Amino acid sequence: MVMKITLGGVSKPHSSKNMKTGDWGTEYPVVDEEKCTACKACEYLCPDACIVVVEKDDKKVAVPDYEYCKGCGVCFSVCPADAIRMELKEIYKLEVC
Amino acid sequence: MVSILIEVRFHGRGGQGVVTAADILAVAGFKDGYYTLSFPTFGAEKRGTPVASFLRLSDKPIVSRDEIYYPDYVVVMDPTVIGPVKVEAGLKAEGRLIANYPKGSEDLKREMGWDFEVYTINATKMAMEHLGRPITNTAMVGAFVGATNVIKLESLLETIEEWFTNKELAEKNLKLVKEAYEYMRKVCGW
Amino acid sequence: MRKVVRGFYSIAYSVKLCRPNVIAAYPITPQTEIVENLASMYANGELGECEYVTAESEFGAASILVGASAAGARTFTATCSQGLILMSEVLINAAGMRLPIVLVNTNRALSAPLSIWNDHQDSMILRDAGLMQIHVESNQEAHDMVPVAFKVAENHKVMLPFMINMDGYKLTHAYEPIDLLDQETIDEFLPSYDPPVYMTTKNPLTFGSYAPPQYYAEFRVVMQNAMDRARKELENAYKEWAEITGRDWGGHVVAENVEDAELVAIAMGSLTGMVRDVVSELRTQGKKVGLLKIRTLRPFPIEEVRKALKNAEKILVFERAVSFGHEGPVGMEVKSACFGLTPEFYSFAVGLGGRDIPREEIVKIIGNVYEGKVEQGFHFGTVKPFEEVIV
Ligand code: SF4
Ligand code: SF4
Repeated sequence: MVMKITLGGVSKPHSSKNMKTGDWGTEYPVVDEEKCTACKACEYLCPDACIVVVEKDDKKVAVPDYEYCKGCGVCFSVCPADAIRMELKEIYKLEVC
Repeated sequence: MVSILIEVRFHGRGGQGVVTAADILAVAGFKDGYYTLSFPTFGAEKRGTPVASFLRLSDKPIVSRDEIYYPDYVVVMDPTVIGPVKVEAGLKAEGRLIANYPKGSEDLKREMGWDFEVYTINATKMAMEHLGRPITNTAMVGAFVGATNVIKLESLLETIEEWFTNKELAEKNLKLVKEAYEYMRKVCGW
Repeated sequence: MRKVVRGFYSIAYSVKLCRPNVIAAYPITPQTEIVENLASMYANGELGECEYVTAESEFGAASILVGASAAGARTFTATCSQGLILMSEVLINAAGMRLPIVLVNTNRALSAPLSIWNDHQDSMILRDAGLMQIHVESNQEAHDMVPVAFKVAENHKVMLPFMINMDGYKLTHAYEPIDLLDQETIDEFLPSYDPPVYMTTKNPLTFGSYAPPQYYAEFRVVMQNAMDRARKELENAYKEWAEITGRDWGGHVVAENVEDAELVAIAMGSLTGMVRDVVSELRTQGKKVGLLKIRTLRPFPIEEVRKALKNAEKILVFERAVSFGHEGPVGMEVKSACFGLTPEFYSFAVGLGGRDIPREEIVKIIGNVYEGKVEQGFHFGTVKPFEEVIV
């Protein structure tokens, strides 16, 4: 298949959604919904806009999008409520055979 | 006069110290009297992106700065890049691939259909034990030296010691490097 | 002292030894770590009588240096790409004001499309700006050329800004052994800056005043004359450097195996080493090929280039930029130097926007030109098949 060169390097919105970056990281963020105060610090500062505060069971909480989360840990660093921890992905936990 | 040129390619993901691994070996190789050159692929500098880095060792000043297409050795720091990235591309027939992989080398060879020399080590587990974090670069440089003999262990240890200004961290990494080195020597039957 | 260091550091360290008075910069990849290193040296009190200013933009950085230089300070900055062209309005002024600002440009492509990777499009855009410009092949050469730049820029016979071009990433991010200079060597080579004219709060001056048509042309003649004198002064500085340090990088150009060469390949910057390597390999196979490395781009070493190419049947230029609507910029320069000679001429734009230039590509291009398999004129290097579409 030949490369398509768009006039002006123009691209349509959301085309970066095809680039699923969720498998890039070694760790992923886990939100403790009890502790989360829905302050949105993580939402504002995630470099990939992939953790957002949503309505969930009558409560507002931050939810990471693991399809795109790169595991950078920014949300973990900025959360004022200590509501985020970074977990090692399963693949890295395997034992030697 | 035949000159020596050893070319190594490292694969992993941003944030795992893929660049540092090549750099550490560039310093260790320099201590051994080689001319050395290490450099990264220049992608987006974000944690988690698949990245590569390159190392050349030679007895003559190194003038070629192109990426390494026909490596003598490939070092894979992260098991998840095997497959998505063609890590074995261009590996010389007599070359070796050294991988951080939770299973044995025969499993990896079978899975990938590889017929060249492959050595595996569970560097993530080792790194977790020693450092408490899955940063595999120091383990993998130890494994590389153990599996190839191109650099002296003493030069590597000296480099590691200088690399970490934090004494405690240096100690932990020295232990990790030695363990990975010993493990590889055993695996390679040396 | 020989040490394995990153390209950034080799520059920053050399700048420090040159005892700058004012450094102003704005970060841009792949330059940032040069000024980051300088900023931390400044913070650690290692820069002596120096002010480090983090500007709000490259335009600001260059403007700060114009002021500082006019006040008699030794000034330095580093930038590239969009940063360089944002500076350009100020740098062109600095040249006219005859201010010896030294900058390192870590060559990077220009937008659009956005690219943070290496080629020479950025510095080529400033070809006519009145800056002296050189290209370096290695981090050692970059490290060595910083004091040379200050010396020639601040030479009273010259008094022009000086831009050292080094390939972004290929050099800046490379980690390799460098013979780091010592303070004594630099102090012996580079006297402190003695500005021929400078302003103070008590003695205010206007730099680059208004010049209506009755006067303007003469100022431009004077600038051209300064560039002409810079040719000699720069060559002298190269020589003196070689004597003091024992590291001889050659003059404005380095010609190798050109005397009997049928084909002379021309390269600038970090690609040169590999081209040299390929050329010497072809020599051992009995092929009559030579290399011309162009170090100085401005003032353009027209005599040296012509001399090196006088016997060549074929000239092959490796371009790292394009003058759209014409051809590669280095080829244009080389052709003008060869006026009246009648070699065949070929040029290839390679490694645009940071595309890696594998050795095989260089071997193939030289081989094809040598064997007469390509048409004369300007070509692009490896390009994938594509189709143009509207999104
Ligand atoms: S780890 Fe990084 S990418 Fe993932 S949600 Fe948190 S801030 Fe976003
Ligand atoms: S920063 Fe912490 S507390 Fe605030 S929304 Fe995110 S997870 Fe909740």
